[in-house]
Amino acid sequence: MMTSSSDELLRRGVEPVIVIDHLRVIRGKRPAVHDLSVQIARGTITGLLGPSGCGKTTLMRSIVGTQIVTAGSVTVLGHPAGSAPLRRRVGYMPQDPTIYDDLRIVDNVRYFATLYGMDSRAADAAIDAVGLSDHRTALCGNLSGGQRTRASLACALVCQPDLLVLDEPTVGLDPVLRADLWEQFNTLAKSGITLLVSSHVMDEADRCGDLLLMRDGHLLAHITPDRLREETGCTSLEEAFLSIIRRSTAAAPG
Amino acid sequence: MMLLVPSLIITLMYFMFQNVPTRPGVPNGFNNACLILLGLFPLFVMFLITSITMQRERASGTLERILTTPLRRLDLLAAYGTAFGIAAAVQATLTCITAFWVLGFDTAGSPVWVFVIAIVNAVLGVGLGLLCSAFARTEFQAVQFMPLVIAPQLLLAGIIVPRALMPDWLEWISNVMPASYALEALQQVGAHPELTATAVRDIIVVMGCALVALCLAAATLRRRTP
Repeated sequence: MMTSSSDELLRRGVEPVIVIDHLRVIRGKRPAVHDLSVQIARGTITGLLGPSGCGKTTLMRSIVGTQIVTAGSVTVLGHPAGSAPLRRRVGYMPQDPTIYDDLRIVDNVRYFATLYGMDSRAADAAIDAVGLSDHRTALCGNLSGGQRTRASLACALVCQPDLLVLDEPTVGLDPVLRADLWEQFNTLAKSGITLLVSSHVMDEADRCGDLLLMRDGHLLAHITPDRLREETGCTSLEEAFLSIIRRSTAAAPG
Repeated sequence: MMLLVPSLIITLMYFMFQNVPTRPGVPNGFNNACLILLGLFPLFVMFLITSITMQRERASGTLERILTTPLRRLDLLAAYGTAFGIAAAVQATLTCITAFWVLGFDTAGSPVWVFVIAIVNAVLGVGLGLLCSAFARTEFQAVQFMPLVIAPQLLLAGIIVPRALMPDWLEWISNVMPASYALEALQQVGAHPELTATAVRDIIVVMGCALVALCLAAATLRRRTP
Protein backbone atom coordinates (compact mmCIF):
# COMPACT_ATOMS: atom_id res chain seq x y z
CA MET A 1 0.00 0.00 0.00
CA MET A 2 2.20 2.82 -1.21
CA THR A 3 0.23 5.83 -2.37
CA SER A 4 1.62 8.82 -0.59
CA SER A 5 1.84 12.46 -1.50
CA SER A 6 5.58 11.95 -1.34
CA ASP A 7 5.40 9.44 -4.20
CA GLU A 8 3.17 11.84 -6.07
CA LEU A 9 5.70 14.67 -5.64
CA LEU A 10 8.60 12.42 -6.60
CA ARG A 11 6.79 11.45 -9.77
CA ARG A 12 6.47 15.15 -10.54
CA GLY A 13 10.22 15.52 -10.23
CA VAL A 14 10.68 16.87 -6.70
CA GLU A 15 13.99 15.54 -5.45
CA PRO A 16 13.86 13.05 -2.59
CA VAL A 17 15.38 14.16 0.71
CA ILE A 18 15.55 10.71 2.25
CA VAL A 19 16.13 7.57 0.21
CA ILE A 20 16.19 4.35 2.20
CA ASP A 21 17.06 1.23 0.31
CA HIS A 22 16.56 -2.21 1.83
CA LEU A 23 17.56 -1.05 5.30
CA ARG A 24 18.13 -3.76 7.86
CA VAL A 25 19.13 -3.06 11.45
CA ILE A 26 19.87 -5.58 14.16
CA ARG A 27 19.98 -4.33 17.73
CA GLY A 28 21.28 -6.72 20.30
CA LYS A 29 20.24 -10.02 18.81
CA ARG A 30 16.84 -8.93 17.59
CA PRO A 31 16.18 -7.44 14.20
CA ALA A 32 14.82 -3.92 14.75
CA VAL A 33 14.20 -2.96 11.12
CA HIS A 34 13.51 -5.52 8.40
CA ASP A 35 14.32 -4.73 4.79
CA LEU A 36 12.77 -1.27 4.74
CA SER A 37 12.71 0.87 1.59
CA VAL A 38 11.11 4.30 1.34
CA GLN A 39 11.59 7.69 -0.31
CA ILE A 40 10.53 10.98 1.18
CA ALA A 41 10.16 14.14 -0.90
CA ARG A 42 11.26 17.65 -0.01
CA GLY A 43 8.89 19.90 1.87
CA THR A 44 6.64 17.16 3.24
CA ILE A 45 5.66 16.40 6.80
CA THR A 46 5.83 12.68 7.28
CA GLY A 47 4.43 11.14 10.41
CA LEU A 48 6.15 7.99 11.57
CA LEU A 49 3.57 6.01 13.49
CA GLY A 50 3.42 2.70 15.19
CA PRO A 51 3.28 1.10 18.63
CA SER A 52 6.22 1.61 20.96
CA GLY A 53 9.11 -0.69 20.23
CA CYS A 54 8.24 -1.02 16.54
CA GLY A 55 11.51 0.51 15.35
CA LYS A 56 10.59 4.18 14.95
CA THR A 57 13.54 5.49 16.91
CA THR A 58 15.91 3.02 15.25
CA LEU A 59 14.76 4.21 11.84
CA MET A 60 15.24 7.84 12.87
CA ARG A 61 18.68 7.16 14.27
CA SER A 62 19.60 5.46 11.00
CA ILE A 63 18.54 8.60 9.16
CA VAL A 64 20.62 10.94 11.33
CA GLY A 65 23.48 8.46 11.14
CA THR A 66 23.95 7.44 14.76
CA GLN A 67 22.77 3.87 14.26
CA ILE A 68 25.02 1.08 13.04
CA VAL A 69 23.08 -0.47 10.18
CA THR A 70 23.43 -4.12 9.26
CA ALA A 71 22.57 -3.89 5.58
CA GLY A 72 21.07 -1.55 3.05
CA SER A 73 21.68 2.16 2.58
CA VAL A 74 20.26 5.43 3.81
CA THR A 75 20.87 8.49 1.64
CA VAL A 76 19.95 11.93 2.93
CA LEU A 77 20.07 15.00 0.66
CA GLY A 78 22.25 13.03 -1.74
CA HIS A 79 24.85 12.02 0.87
CA PRO A 80 25.19 8.85 2.95
CA ALA A 81 23.37 9.35 6.26
CA GLY A 82 25.55 10.83 8.99
CA SER A 83 28.32 11.99 6.66
CA ALA A 84 30.10 15.26 7.38
CA PRO A 85 28.26 17.57 4.91
CA LEU A 86 24.92 16.54 6.44
CA ARG A 87 25.73 17.44 10.02
CA ARG A 88 24.94 21.10 9.42
CA ARG A 89 21.76 20.37 7.45
CA VAL A 90 19.95 17.80 9.56
CA GLY A 91 18.36 18.75 12.87
CA TYR A 92 17.66 15.88 15.24
CA MET A 93 15.63 15.88 18.39
CA PRO A 94 16.02 12.64 20.35
CA GLN A 95 13.12 11.17 22.25
CA ASP A 96 14.35 12.08 25.71
CA PRO A 97 14.91 15.79 26.05
CA THR A 98 18.70 15.83 25.78
CA ILE A 99 19.50 19.17 27.31
CA TYR A 100 21.77 20.08 30.18
CA ASP A 101 19.68 20.43 33.32
CA ASP A 102 22.22 22.60 35.08
CA LEU A 103 22.17 25.23 32.34
CA ARG A 104 19.56 27.86 31.50
CA ILE A 105 17.41 27.41 28.39
CA VAL A 106 19.18 30.21 26.59
CA ASP A 107 22.59 28.68 27.37
CA ASN A 108 21.51 25.28 26.14
CA VAL A 109 20.25 26.64 22.85
CA ARG A 110 23.27 28.92 22.42
CA TYR A 111 25.54 25.96 23.05
CA PHE A 112 23.94 23.99 20.24
CA ALA A 113 23.92 27.12 18.08
CA THR A 114 27.69 27.35 18.55
CA LEU A 115 28.12 23.68 17.69
CA TYR A 116 26.25 24.28 14.44
CA GLY A 117 28.22 27.47 13.76
CA MET A 118 25.21 29.77 14.26
CA ASP A 119 25.11 32.99 16.28
CA SER A 120 23.06 33.90 19.34
CA ARG A 121 20.38 35.55 17.20
CA ALA A 122 19.57 32.13 15.74
CA ALA A 123 19.33 30.84 19.31
CA ASP A 124 16.88 33.58 20.28
CA ALA A 125 14.80 32.89 17.17
CA ALA A 126 14.65 29.19 18.02
CA ILE A 127 13.57 29.90 21.61
CA ASP A 128 10.93 32.23 20.26
CA ALA A 129 9.72 29.59 17.82
CA VAL A 130 8.98 27.10 20.60
CA GLY A 131 7.30 29.76 22.75
CA LEU A 132 9.80 29.76 25.59
CA SER A 133 10.84 33.41 25.36
CA ASP A 134 9.32 34.14 28.76
CA HIS A 135 11.38 31.40 30.38
CA ARG A 136 14.63 31.85 28.52
CA THR A 137 16.67 32.39 31.68
CA ALA A 138 15.07 29.51 33.59
CA LEU A 139 17.23 26.58 34.62
CA CYS A 140 16.34 23.53 32.54
CA GLY A 141 16.30 21.33 35.64
CA ASN A 142 13.32 23.31 36.93
CA LEU A 143 11.20 23.05 33.79
CA SER A 144 8.08 20.97 33.31
CA GLY A 145 8.15 17.99 30.98
CA GLY A 146 6.57 19.87 28.11
CA GLN A 147 8.90 22.82 28.53
CA ARG A 148 11.91 20.52 28.49
CA THR A 149 10.67 18.95 25.27
CA ARG A 150 10.33 22.38 23.74
CA ALA A 151 13.78 23.45 24.91
CA SER A 152 15.16 20.30 23.31
CA LEU A 153 13.22 21.10 20.13
CA ALA A 154 14.73 24.58 20.08
CA CYS A 155 18.19 22.98 20.13
CA ALA A 156 17.26 21.10 16.94
CA LEU A 157 15.61 24.10 15.24
CA VAL A 158 18.57 26.35 15.89
CA CYS A 159 20.65 24.97 13.01
CA GLN A 160 17.98 26.03 10.48
CA PRO A 161 18.14 22.60 8.89
CA ASP A 162 16.90 21.23 5.57
CA LEU A 163 15.66 18.11 7.28
CA LEU A 164 14.23 17.93 10.77
CA VAL A 165 14.00 14.54 12.43
CA LEU A 166 11.84 14.78 15.55
CA ASP A 167 11.36 11.81 17.81
CA GLU A 168 8.03 12.18 19.61
CA PRO A 169 8.19 15.97 19.97
CA THR A 170 4.65 16.35 21.31
CA VAL A 171 4.70 13.81 24.13
CA GLY A 172 3.42 15.34 27.34
CA LEU A 173 2.24 18.57 25.76
CA ASP A 174 -1.17 20.05 26.31
CA PRO A 175 -3.53 20.20 23.31
CA VAL A 176 -3.11 23.95 22.78
CA LEU A 177 0.64 23.68 22.64
CA ARG A 178 0.43 20.66 20.40
CA ALA A 179 -1.69 22.59 17.94
CA ASP A 180 0.80 25.47 18.11
CA LEU A 181 3.72 23.20 17.40
CA TRP A 182 1.99 21.53 14.48
CA GLU A 183 1.24 24.95 13.06
CA GLN A 184 4.94 25.70 13.27
CA PHE A 185 5.79 22.42 11.60
CA ASN A 186 3.48 23.41 8.75
CA THR A 187 5.15 26.79 8.44
CA LEU A 188 8.54 25.09 8.35
CA ALA A 189 7.38 22.63 5.70
CA LYS A 190 6.04 25.47 3.55
CA SER A 191 9.45 27.10 3.65
CA GLY A 192 10.89 23.95 2.10
CA ILE A 193 12.04 22.08 5.19
CA THR A 194 11.30 18.38 5.27
CA LEU A 195 10.03 17.00 8.54
CA LEU A 196 9.93 13.47 9.83
CA VAL A 197 7.95 13.34 13.05
CA SER A 198 7.32 10.22 15.07
CA SER A 199 4.39 9.72 17.35
CA HIS A 200 2.51 6.86 18.88
CA VAL A 201 -0.80 8.67 19.11
CA MET A 202 -2.89 8.33 16.00
CA ASP A 203 -4.79 11.58 16.49
CA GLU A 204 -1.71 13.43 15.36
CA ALA A 205 -1.65 11.52 12.11
CA ASP A 206 -4.20 13.82 10.51
CA ARG A 207 -1.81 16.71 10.79
CA CYS A 208 0.79 14.99 8.63
CA GLY A 209 0.89 15.11 4.86
CA ASP A 210 2.08 11.54 4.75
CA LEU A 211 2.13 8.61 7.10
CA LEU A 212 4.64 5.86 7.56
CA LEU A 213 3.01 3.05 9.47
CA MET A 214 5.40 0.66 11.16
CA ARG A 215 4.99 -2.48 13.15
CA ASP A 216 7.64 -4.89 14.47
CA GLY A 217 10.30 -3.35 12.28
CA HIS A 218 8.24 -3.66 9.10
CA LEU A 219 6.93 -0.75 7.09
CA LEU A 220 3.22 -1.47 6.62
CA ALA A 221 2.26 1.55 4.58
CA HIS A 222 3.43 4.89 3.23
CA ILE A 223 0.20 6.69 2.54
CA THR A 224 -1.72 9.96 3.00
CA PRO A 225 -4.24 10.06 5.85
CA ASP A 226 -7.18 10.49 3.44
CA ARG A 227 -6.07 7.65 1.27
CA LEU A 228 -5.70 5.46 4.36
CA ARG A 229 -9.32 6.13 5.28
CA GLU A 230 -10.50 5.41 1.75
CA GLU A 231 -8.63 2.16 1.40
CA THR A 232 -9.66 0.78 4.76
CA GLY A 233 -13.14 2.25 4.81
CA CYS A 234 -12.64 3.44 8.37
CA THR A 235 -13.39 6.95 9.54
CA SER A 236 -10.95 7.05 12.43
CA LEU A 237 -7.28 6.65 11.68
CA GLU A 238 -6.89 4.51 14.77
CA GLU A 239 -9.24 1.91 13.34
CA ALA A 240 -7.66 2.24 9.92
CA PHE A 241 -4.27 1.46 11.39
CA LEU A 242 -5.67 -1.57 13.21
CA SER A 243 -7.28 -2.82 10.05
CA ILE A 244 -4.00 -2.53 8.18
CA ILE A 245 -2.25 -4.48 10.93
CA ARG A 246 -4.89 -7.20 10.71
CA ARG A 247 -4.53 -7.30 6.98
CA SER A 248 -0.76 -7.60 7.13
CA THR A 249 -0.82 -10.32 9.77
CA ALA A 250 -3.40 -12.22 7.73
CA ALA A 251 -1.24 -11.97 4.62
CA ALA A 252 1.91 -13.13 6.36
CA PRO A 253 1.04 -15.24 9.40
CA GLY A 254 3.67 -15.58 12.09
CA MET B 1 34.73 23.98 46.20
CA MET B 2 37.00 22.37 43.66
CA LEU B 3 39.24 25.44 43.81
CA LEU B 4 39.47 25.80 47.55
CA VAL B 5 39.55 22.25 48.87
CA PRO B 6 43.21 21.52 47.98
CA SER B 7 44.34 24.71 49.71
CA LEU B 8 42.34 23.80 52.78
CA ILE B 9 43.78 20.30 52.86
CA ILE B 10 47.31 21.61 52.60
CA THR B 11 46.58 24.01 55.43
CA LEU B 12 45.23 21.11 57.43
CA MET B 13 48.46 19.22 56.79
CA TYR B 14 50.46 22.23 57.89
CA PHE B 15 48.82 22.11 61.29
CA MET B 16 49.14 18.33 61.39
CA PHE B 17 52.91 18.59 61.05
CA GLN B 18 53.19 21.68 63.25
CA ASN B 19 54.30 19.86 66.38
CA VAL B 20 56.24 17.07 64.69
CA PRO B 21 59.92 17.57 65.56
CA THR B 22 62.23 17.76 62.55
CA ARG B 23 65.60 16.09 62.81
CA PRO B 24 68.46 17.94 61.13
CA GLY B 25 69.46 16.50 57.74
CA VAL B 26 66.06 14.92 57.14
CA PRO B 27 63.59 16.82 54.94
CA ASN B 28 60.71 17.93 57.08
CA GLY B 29 57.50 16.00 56.84
CA PHE B 30 55.28 18.85 55.78
CA ASN B 31 57.47 19.80 52.83
CA ASN B 32 57.50 16.24 51.60
CA ALA B 33 53.76 15.67 51.95
CA CYS B 34 52.87 19.06 50.54
CA LEU B 35 54.94 18.43 47.42
CA ILE B 36 53.15 15.15 46.76
CA LEU B 37 49.77 16.69 47.32
CA LEU B 38 50.44 19.71 45.13
CA GLY B 39 51.40 17.55 42.21
CA LEU B 40 48.97 14.69 42.53
CA PHE B 41 45.82 16.45 43.69
CA PRO B 42 45.04 17.69 40.16
CA LEU B 43 45.33 14.14 38.81
CA PHE B 44 42.94 12.93 41.46
CA VAL B 45 40.34 15.67 41.16
CA MET B 46 40.34 15.97 37.39
CA PHE B 47 39.98 12.24 36.95
CA LEU B 48 36.95 12.19 39.18
CA ILE B 49 35.30 15.21 37.59
CA THR B 50 35.87 14.30 33.95
CA SER B 51 34.91 10.67 34.32
CA ILE B 52 31.58 11.61 35.87
CA THR B 53 30.85 14.51 33.51
CA MET B 54 31.61 12.43 30.44
CA GLN B 55 29.66 9.46 31.75
CA ARG B 56 26.67 11.77 32.14
CA GLU B 57 27.10 13.00 28.59
CA ARG B 58 27.13 9.43 27.36
CA ALA B 59 24.21 8.23 29.44
CA SER B 60 21.92 11.22 28.96
CA GLY B 61 22.23 11.09 25.18
CA THR B 62 23.74 14.56 24.91
CA LEU B 63 26.93 13.00 23.57
CA GLU B 64 25.04 11.27 20.77
CA ARG B 65 23.27 14.51 20.00
CA ILE B 66 26.48 16.52 20.02
CA LEU B 67 28.00 14.02 17.62
CA THR B 68 25.21 14.66 15.10
CA THR B 69 26.41 18.27 14.89
CA PRO B 70 29.41 19.37 12.78
CA LEU B 71 31.65 19.16 15.87
CA ARG B 72 34.66 16.92 15.37
CA ARG B 73 35.59 14.36 17.99
CA LEU B 74 39.03 15.81 18.54
CA ASP B 75 37.47 19.26 19.03
CA LEU B 76 35.29 17.81 21.74
CA LEU B 77 38.25 16.24 23.53
CA ALA B 78 40.36 19.36 23.10
CA ALA B 79 37.51 21.40 24.56
CA TYR B 80 37.23 19.07 27.52
CA GLY B 81 41.02 19.11 27.93
CA THR B 82 41.25 22.91 27.90
CA ALA B 83 38.18 23.55 30.04
CA PHE B 84 39.33 21.23 32.79
CA GLY B 85 42.95 22.22 32.20
CA ILE B 86 42.05 25.84 32.96
CA ALA B 87 40.11 24.78 36.04
CA ALA B 88 43.14 22.80 37.14
CA ALA B 89 45.43 25.77 36.48
CA VAL B 90 43.32 28.04 38.68
CA GLN B 91 43.21 25.38 41.36
CA ALA B 92 46.97 24.83 41.18
CA THR B 93 47.66 28.57 41.29
CA LEU B 94 45.60 29.00 44.44
CA THR B 95 47.14 25.94 46.06
CA CYS B 96 50.69 26.95 45.16
CA ILE B 97 50.15 30.48 46.51
CA THR B 98 48.80 29.07 49.77
CA ALA B 99 51.64 26.59 50.09
CA PHE B 100 54.58 28.72 49.06
CA TRP B 101 53.64 32.09 50.55
CA VAL B 102 51.28 31.47 53.39
CA LEU B 103 52.52 28.18 54.79
CA GLY B 104 56.20 28.60 54.09
CA PHE B 105 56.48 25.54 51.86
CA ASP B 106 59.81 25.44 50.07
CA THR B 107 61.39 23.53 47.21
CA ALA B 108 64.98 23.57 46.02
CA GLY B 109 63.76 23.96 42.44
CA SER B 110 61.52 26.66 41.06
CA PRO B 111 57.83 26.70 42.11
CA VAL B 112 57.03 27.16 38.41
CA TRP B 113 58.00 23.56 37.79
CA VAL B 114 55.76 22.32 40.56
CA PHE B 115 52.97 24.25 38.85
CA VAL B 116 53.83 22.80 35.43
CA ILE B 117 53.84 19.25 36.77
CA ALA B 118 50.49 19.88 38.45
CA ILE B 119 48.97 20.98 35.11
CA VAL B 120 50.45 18.02 33.22
CA ASN B 121 49.01 15.74 35.89
CA ALA B 122 45.63 17.41 35.53
CA VAL B 123 45.61 16.75 31.78
CA LEU B 124 46.57 13.14 32.49
CA GLY B 125 43.64 12.96 34.90
CA VAL B 126 41.31 14.37 32.22
CA GLY B 127 42.56 11.83 29.67
CA LEU B 128 42.18 8.86 32.02
CA GLY B 129 38.78 10.12 33.17
CA LEU B 130 37.43 10.48 29.64
CA LEU B 131 38.71 7.02 28.81
CA CYS B 132 37.27 5.35 31.91
CA SER B 133 33.88 6.98 31.40
CA ALA B 134 33.45 4.69 28.39
CA PHE B 135 33.45 1.64 30.65
CA ALA B 136 31.02 2.93 33.24
CA ARG B 137 27.32 2.48 32.73
CA THR B 138 26.27 4.75 35.58
CA GLU B 139 27.80 7.59 37.56
CA PHE B 140 28.01 5.16 40.42
CA GLN B 141 30.31 2.91 38.41
CA ALA B 142 32.31 5.90 37.23
CA VAL B 143 33.15 6.82 40.83
CA GLN B 144 34.33 3.27 41.45
CA PHE B 145 36.99 3.63 38.79
CA MET B 146 38.70 6.02 41.14
CA PRO B 147 40.01 3.35 43.56
CA LEU B 148 40.62 1.02 40.64
CA VAL B 149 42.67 3.33 38.44
CA ILE B 150 44.06 6.00 40.73
CA ALA B 151 44.68 4.24 44.05
CA PRO B 152 47.17 1.61 42.77
CA GLN B 153 49.03 4.32 40.93
CA LEU B 154 49.42 6.39 44.07
CA LEU B 155 50.43 3.39 46.17
CA LEU B 156 52.96 2.14 43.65
CA ALA B 157 54.30 5.61 42.87
CA GLY B 158 56.47 5.40 45.96
CA ILE B 159 54.63 7.59 48.42
CA ILE B 160 54.54 5.06 51.22
CA VAL B 161 57.30 2.62 50.27
CA PRO B 162 60.10 3.90 48.02
CA ARG B 163 59.92 2.19 44.65
CA ALA B 164 63.43 0.77 44.96
CA LEU B 165 62.38 -1.19 48.06
CA MET B 166 59.40 -2.85 46.39
CA PRO B 167 59.55 -6.44 45.11
CA ASP B 168 60.76 -6.60 41.51
CA TRP B 169 57.39 -7.41 40.03
CA LEU B 170 55.75 -4.45 41.77
CA GLU B 171 58.56 -2.18 40.68
CA TRP B 172 57.91 -3.27 37.11
CA ILE B 173 54.24 -2.43 37.41
CA SER B 174 55.19 0.82 39.01
CA ASN B 175 57.50 1.54 36.05
CA VAL B 176 54.59 1.54 33.60
CA MET B 177 52.35 3.78 35.68
CA PRO B 178 52.38 7.46 34.82
CA ALA B 179 51.90 8.63 38.41
CA SER B 180 55.32 7.12 39.32
CA TYR B 181 56.96 9.50 36.86
CA ALA B 182 54.90 12.43 38.05
CA LEU B 183 55.99 11.83 41.62
CA GLU B 184 59.63 11.32 40.66
CA ALA B 185 59.62 14.60 38.75
CA LEU B 186 58.15 16.37 41.79
CA GLN B 187 60.80 14.89 44.07
CA GLN B 188 63.52 15.96 41.66
CA VAL B 189 62.20 19.51 41.66
CA GLY B 190 61.95 19.40 45.43
CA ALA B 191 65.56 18.30 45.88
CA HIS B 192 67.53 20.02 43.11
CA PRO B 193 67.76 23.73 42.35
CA GLU B 194 68.22 23.06 38.62
CA LEU B 195 65.75 21.18 36.45
CA THR B 196 67.35 17.75 36.18
CA ALA B 197 67.37 15.55 33.11
CA THR B 198 65.37 12.95 35.01
CA ALA B 199 62.69 15.51 35.80
CA VAL B 200 62.48 16.56 32.13
CA ARG B 201 62.23 12.94 31.03
CA ASP B 202 59.55 12.28 33.62
CA ILE B 203 57.48 15.28 32.58
CA ILE B 204 57.68 14.16 28.95
CA VAL B 205 56.62 10.63 29.91
CA VAL B 206 53.60 11.94 31.80
CA MET B 207 52.65 14.21 28.89
CA GLY B 208 52.99 11.25 26.54
CA CYS B 209 50.72 9.15 28.75
CA ALA B 210 48.16 11.97 28.87
CA LEU B 211 48.20 12.16 25.07
CA VAL B 212 47.80 8.39 24.71
CA ALA B 213 44.88 8.42 27.16
CA LEU B 214 43.20 11.24 25.22
CA CYS B 215 43.65 9.41 21.91
CA LEU B 216 42.25 6.19 23.37
CA ALA B 217 39.35 8.24 24.73
CA ALA B 218 38.77 9.62 21.22
CA ALA B 219 38.49 6.06 19.98
CA THR B 220 35.67 5.41 22.45
CA LEU B 221 33.62 8.32 21.09
CA ARG B 222 31.62 6.71 18.34
CA ARG B 223 29.21 8.58 16.14
CA ARG B 224 27.46 5.32 15.33
CA THR B 225 26.39 3.02 18.10
CA PRO B 226 24.51 -0.29 18.01
